Amino acid sequence: MFAFIAKRLAQMVPLLFGITLITFAVLHLAPGSPVEAQTAMSLKTSAQARAQLKKLYGLDKPLHTQYLNWLGRFVRLDFGKSFVDSRSVLSKIGERIPITLLINALSLLLIFLVAVPLGVVSATKQYSLFDKVTTVFVFLGFSTPAFWLALLLMILFGVDMGILPISGIHGIDTTGMSTTGRMLDLGKHLILPVFISAFGGLAGFSRYSRSSMLEVIRQDYIRTARAKGLPERDVIYKHALRNALLPIVTIMGLAVPGLISGGIIFETIFSIPGMGQLYYQSVMSRDYPTIMCMMVIYAVLILIGNLLADISYGLVDPRIRVSR
Amino acid sequence: MRLAGLVWRRFRKNPLSVAGAVIILLLICAAIFAPYIAPYNPTHIDIDNILSPPGLRHPFGTDELGRDVLTRILYGSRVSLEVGFVAMGIALVIGVIVGSIAGFYGGKVDSVLMRFVDMMLAFPSFVLILAVISILEPNILTIMAVIGITGWMDVARLVRAEFLSLKERDFVLASKAAGAPNSRIIFKEILPNAMSPVFVAATFGVAGAILIEAGLSFLGIGVQPPAPSWGNILSAGKDNIEVAWWLSVFPGLAILITVLSYNLVGEGLRDALDPRLWQAEK
Repeated sequence: MFAFIAKRLAQMVPLLFGITLITFAVLHLAPGSPVEAQTAMSLKTSAQARAQLKKLYGLDKPLHTQYLNWLGRFVRLDFGKSFVDSRSVLSKIGERIPITLLINALSLLLIFLVAVPLGVVSATKQYSLFDKVTTVFVFLGFSTPAFWLALLLMILFGVDMGILPISGIHGIDTTGMSTTGRMLDLGKHLILPVFISAFGGLAGFSRYSRSSMLEVIRQDYIRTARAKGLPERDVIYKHALRNALLPIVTIMGLAVPGLISGGIIFETIFSIPGMGQLYYQSVMSRDYPTIMCMMVIYAVLILIGNLLADISYGLVDPRIRVSR
Repeated sequence: MRLAGLVWRRFRKNPLSVAGAVIILLLICAAIFAPYIAPYNPTHIDIDNILSPPGLRHPFGTDELGRDVLTRILYGSRVSLEVGFVAMGIALVIGVIVGSIAGFYGGKVDSVLMRFVDMMLAFPSFVLILAVISILEPNILTIMAVIGITGWMDVARLVRAEFLSLKERDFVLASKAAGAPNSRIIFKEILPNAMSPVFVAATFGVAGAILIEAGLSFLGIGVQPPAPSWGNILSAGKDNIEVAWWLSVFPGLAILITVLSYNLVGEGLRDALDPRLWQAEK
């Protein structure tokens, strides 16, 4: 197992290298530069000042030198300073991580708590009314743009009913609040974002739980369990569910890309100061060092998600472990 | 075309998929004939009717510049249709070429190409699309190109898998023995037989591309105003969320119905093209 993990980790290195190379090339080969983006509004900026800015950012050197410089700092985990406010990229990102992590953890939990029971009941009652209704909802879920749903919920709960805040992560004035008050305030602000973030995954995971459960129910050992007279509830919830659950858990690792892209949109909608919003802002202001660093973080997360999925496949199914 | 008839006979048994296909045809007509059926001019500004709610004169209301929302949604369907089909077309061409080469030649070629596919899959594609489009000029051409270039990997994998299983079949071996050149074997013998899973993936892919375009335009880096797209109408809906619900509700419904239709057709095609299910029926 350790050899397998080590091998997979080693395979990640060239992948990551390729990803940084392509991102770097795309950013720098595109017409225009951060200097133009920053000085476009002030016509007075002289050519000399622009050249100085370019030099400051290291954009005057040939492209391959710039990339090698970046790579050299990257291996020392030095991602440089932001073009926008000259703060260290890592600390800029670091302060954004907790809120994004909290929302994603809560939404994964929500996905798991809703999707698994839905899938299991659909599978055990295949072709029943419940199964058909769930299937319709799954289809609607696949086709609904999450950001549109976010707008609808904002209109319904925020504007019309006025019971949920629609922007930010805390109220305008929290100074007078107790700790519990602040927690409640935060919770209220997180309800819509967490639901929207989970929404994208709900349809897929309940579908996956259903098919995973259907597969298990057809196995011989389930027939054996039924044949020896176990009550149906024990057959489903003790024998079948345990075996169906493992593949469901493993596929959670594959949810990472969806959570990342979803985060960019819903953090922008709800004005949540998380990583997604930072990425959007960095892209808009062409903050190359921040974009590069976040691309690396996202790619590593996706690669680790895939690896975790593969590892748990190996744990579940010894055949896969041997064949690799 | 016995096969097409067979597929259609099976496809038509699924009423939801047929409904999806009908809606898609209607949408295509709406997009083509938008200038003739739309009640207003999509960019006509009417200061006297800013943000007026849905009513007899404006069934879906007007936006913050007094433009008719129904008209803009009709014109917006052109953007969705173009982006969906062109982006998927680009993805299909790249995916089929890469997948065929990898599957047919195998060995080193295959492993190099598949490592490249792995790398592209590890890219957070929406993140990359966002960066590329905001740096290039955000317009419909760059959007279609970038969505296509970042979305071909599934097609490549499907085509490769089909090639791997088809290239050992008797009819391919016979053609090889008869001295047919590789290009003929790839394009005339194997590819036509490898396309059915690709068609299914392409149908879902159109839906995905429409969603991505809507998301980009919603974030303000897609189709630029005053040109209407469903995503940028929704963006106006967000800006006026406190006062004009119709700006958010109707364009979103258009996206939902369109994407749902493509997904239903994709599902129907998958069942209709699955030979295992044909066997079961006989």
